[in-house]
Amino acid sequence: MLEVTGLVAGYGSTEILRGIDLRVEAGEIVAVLGSNGVGKTTLNMVLSGLIEPRGGDIRFDGRSLKGTSPAEIVAAGLIQVPEGRRIFPNMGVRENLELGSYGRARKNRAKNLEKVFDTFPRLKERIGQFAGTLSGGEQQMLAIGRGLMAEPKLLILDEPSLGLSPLLVEEMFALIERLNGAGLAIMLVEQNVVQSLELASRAYVVENGAVALSGDAATVAADPELRRTYLGL
Amino acid sequence: MYSADIIIEALINGLLTGAIYALVALGLTLVYGVLHIINFAHGALLAAAMFAVLLTNQVVGLDPYVQIPFLMVIFFALGYGLQRLVIGPASHGRDENILLVTLGLSIVIENLLLAGFGSDTRSLNTDYSFAVFEVGPYLLGQARVFGAGGALATAALLWLFLSRSDTGKAIRAVAKEKIGASLQGIDVAHVYAVTFGLGCACLAVAACLLLPTFYVNPKIGSAYVLVAFTIVVLGGMGSIVGAMLGGLIIGAVESMSGLFLGESLGQIGIFVIFILTLLLKPTGLFGAKA
Ligand SMILES: Nc1ncnc2c1ncn2[C@@H]1O[C@H](COP(=O)(O)OP(=O)(O)OP(=O)(O)O)[C@@H](O)[C@H]1O
Ligand SMILES: [Mg+2]
Repeated sequence: MLEVTGLVAGYGSTEILRGIDLRVEAGEIVAVLGSNGVGKTTLNMVLSGLIEPRGGDIRFDGRSLKGTSPAEIVAAGLIQVPEGRRIFPNMGVRENLELGSYGRARKNRAKNLEKVFDTFPRLKERIGQFAGTLSGGEQQMLAIGRGLMAEPKLLILDEPSLGLSPLLVEEMFALIERLNGAGLAIMLVEQNVVQSLELASRAYVVENGAVALSGDAATVAADPELRRTYLGL
Repeated sequence: MYSADIIIEALINGLLTGAIYALVALGLTLVYGVLHIINFAHGALLAAAMFAVLLTNQVVGLDPYVQIPFLMVIFFALGYGLQRLVIGPASHGRDENILLVTLGLSIVIENLLLAGFGSDTRSLNTDYSFAVFEVGPYLLGQARVFGAGGALATAALLWLFLSRSDTGKAIRAVAKEKIGASLQGIDVAHVYAVTFGLGCACLAVAACLLLPTFYVNPKIGSAYVLVAFTIVVLGGMGSIVGAMLGGLIIGAVESMSGLFLGESLGQIGIFVIFILTLLLKPTGLFGAKA
């Protein structure tokens, strides 16, 4: 479904990604792991068309995404829930969700709004509240709900558990599992290594701008190097 | 001292004029709120719109009010094109470049107007230019009443558009969260251009509403922009409600200080307000806390 080969990207004179290879198949949860500042968010921004790659190729659903605009990428069904949520603080919960279907699935807006409210009853209770005044957990629900409004084929989640209490993190991972159970392919970018590897079918570990380790989630989880660096074992 | 009736009459006329000022400020504040730049070409574009009204009236004989729908569409397209084809590409995404580009644009427009129309001050006289409505003891300029009605109606339409339509929602989304908006498939360059177009459309309507009573020359824009800028600062940068309320306040202040200090000093009150706002409440009445 998504296939990234030899992807190179950076800012100004600094190269952050120096040849990333990865793929996500239909129905999978793929974890992308790596320490702070390694370039995970940069990778997501390249995939969504907000940063232009300097080399390599991105293929989604059989066609190259090189030179396509962010709007076209959304229309193709590659939807990202970004790090830091990036909801619209000056707008209500409903309006935020409505804009989730701005670039895709606009015709199914009403139906999908109901679905999102079924998934997040909390959001329905706060339907008229300004998004900027929601709690951190509610904002994350809103960001994911907004992403679901576009009927994604592939959903990229950038650190969805960031800043959530342990209980909410559990809920978040349970939700990701449910969404995937309903057939949605998910690329999960996380710091939360243990829980991500429990959930994912496969995983990639990024170091120094390239994939240092990849494979079955179980294999990656058993890697001694990974256990030392990320788990302190 | 003046009688209460005279003061109240001046106050009402000031509020009516203030509504049109508000419309000029609305365009400025909308562009600021979304693109986060001061459009220095705003005044020159208003002057251009006023000359367009004058010319159309002289050549085709169309009443200024009848011109509103046409000029609005033309100026929307002009603004859209300017942002999409000139300001956006020439500024390479850097705010300080946008400022310089709009400043350059204002110089170009002013000089084109000077070349085309000369530096004379002109006016357009309609049947209702000097007519008044008698409301109780008060005499209200008809053109001012129509002008205020038109300005308020335009502001209401704009508000409806921004709050109800998908494009309007996209504009508000881009204003606060560009990346988040892009990730929903909102084309930011298009939204910027639509916003600039709307700002220019406000000017076109304002020009049609102004001309029956106000004169025009190629340099007139700067006078309005100073007033509009004061309104924007008073109301809070980027706030639409603030611009409307600020416009009414400034209109009333101008009229009152004109009455008590004389026409030539009428604008002093405006700048006192400007300085006081900056000193006491720099975010304005409805401004975000920065
Ligand atoms: N707009 C930018 N301009 C210049 N450098 C940037 C920019 N954005 C990110 N960087 C740099 O690129 C590197 C990778 O950043 P990125 O946000 O992709 O990391 P990350 O893997 O997502 O980190 P984290 O886990 O902390 O979110 C960092 O060194 C960062 O400082
Ligand atoms: Mg990141």
